[in-house]
Amino acid sequence: MNKNLVDTSTIRGWGADANADNDPTFPIRHREARETDGLTWTRPTQQDVDIEILQSIEHNRRPAVIGTSTPPSGLSGMIRRYAFRRSESDWLHWLLLMGADRLNVVEGVIEDLGKGHVPNIPAEMGARAEWKHNKRGLVTKAAVLAGLTTATILVLSARRSKDEAKPGDADMLALSAPEE
Amino acid sequence: MLAMNYRGPYRVRVDEKPMPALLHPEDAIVRVTRSCICGSDLHLYHGMVPDTRVGTTFGHEFCGIVEQVGPEVRNLKPGDHVLVPFNIACGKCEFCQQGLFGNCHESNAQATAVGGIFGYSHTAGGYDGGQAQYVRVPYADVGPMVIPDWMDPDDAVLLTDVVPTGYQAAEMGGIRPGDTVVVFGAGPVGLMAARSAWLFGAGRVIVIDHIEYRLDFARTYCPAEVYNFREIDDMVVFLKKQTDSLGADVCIDAVGGDAAGNALQTLVGTKLKLEAGNAIALHWAINSVKKGGVVSIVGVYGPTGNIIPIGNVVNKGITLRANQASVKRLLPRLVEHIREGRIDPKAMITHRVPLADIADAYHLFSAKLDGCIKPVLLPNGA
Repeated sequence: MNKNLVDTSTIRGWGADANADNDPTFPIRHREARETDGLTWTRPTQQDVDIEILQSIEHNRRPAVIGTSTPPSGLSGMIRRYAFRRSESDWLHWLLLMGADRLNVVEGVIEDLGKGHVPNIPAEMGARAEWKHNKRGLVTKAAVLAGLTTATILVLSARRSKDEAKPGDADMLALSAPEE
Repeated sequence: MLAMNYRGPYRVRVDEKPMPALLHPEDAIVRVTRSCICGSDLHLYHGMVPDTRVGTTFGHEFCGIVEQVGPEVRNLKPGDHVLVPFNIACGKCEFCQQGLFGNCHESNAQATAVGGIFGYSHTAGGYDGGQAQYVRVPYADVGPMVIPDWMDPDDAVLLTDVVPTGYQAAEMGGIRPGDTVVVFGAGPVGLMAARSAWLFGAGRVIVIDHIEYRLDFARTYCPAEVYNFREIDDMVVFLKKQTDSLGADVCIDAVGGDAAGNALQTLVGTKLKLEAGNAIALHWAINSVKKGGVVSIVGVYGPTGNIIPIGNVVNKGITLRANQASVKRLLPRLVEHIREGRIDPKAMITHRVPLADIADAYHLFSAKLDGCIKPVLLPNGA
């Protein structure tokens, strides 16, 4: 840990913007110039939109320009539509949107596969950079993943074997055998 | 055209997408020459910002050549090389008229709490961003600025967000000559906040982080005293001891919801997403600022809520200042600072990456590999 007390005389531009009048309420400094309250400004031209736009219920009119990226679709879109019935102040509004985002990831993979594209998830996650700059980390992660996968498979196989060997099942078989 | 395509948390790739079109009379289409990955893009990349839809193109820090303009655009023409502020601002509404270009009321249908931002989820308006070969730029007469001939485009692209956000963090601190300023976070915004604190006359600047290579950079670039919070038992007690037990005059949170440094906050805020991210940097800022001091927040948090010691804000009489940077308002002064050699933004750039390698660039930046401080994408070649 280095302590480096800096000599301000060596800093180019030191104090260039020092201003004792720096109003702590800036930039709300032009409030007094307002003639009227509310949505009274001269509005820009309204953009025509031919896709579905979800709008905050806290707006009483649509803003003049609109982003047109990725309109809502699928099940995640249905959740988003429901979320937008609630205000920005409602926690559920945001939690529903987060839920929709997660579902949308699955929809994205299905969409890729539907187009005949198998997503290269390691590449999308930057595995090449990890390999180049953090080989040990990548190997550790791969080992942990492999270990967890193996453990899961072993646990599931053991449970299946146990289920197959249940005495109840054997008794049922034994009971049913004489009837045949 | 080629564009970044978000596929889910920690997953991005480059895909062929349709060329953007003029959708409004004040639109322009810009061919991107440089585009950065911002620390706040990592909040999207980590899945922390609600309504981040699969298929979106990120990117709110970019500059490029104007290709087309709409019929109501007067100040730009095809061929102009422009830097484009991250705020989408109409210039006419009540907020833009006050210089609050980050709070425009005519650019975001999905939310009223934030103005439109390029490539920053539908919560910020649902615009595709500049990590692409081409991008639609609304209100082209308001935000974009023609890059002066003498200015390096690497400096210009950093004027779209990082530099003004760091500078505004210091400005909002209301720093008086001789003040002690503590900056939490040694990412590009924190570095610029620390550098700007000197411009406002700070007497002492301290930068806190846990990434050693970034602290080393801050020590010489800002220049600042630097401390690694991993080596400190109690951050607040440490800072009190550094400031004669009174606390710093100004604390700046340049981290936001992707902070490290507190297991409970990481679990609740980052992993379980029950908070709008990990707010430990803000917690430390509130508790280590002087009574009557100022906490300036430019770190990005989600729109829900966070656990912070609000009672101490009351008891200590702290002024909380925060906003998205108003880039257009600050540009003239910042251009002057670059021309006069008072700030050197491009020195923060550590990686220059073709758009095709965007997945690696995101991972590199997110995982803090290879000494990465600021990666710049070159969507149309060098």
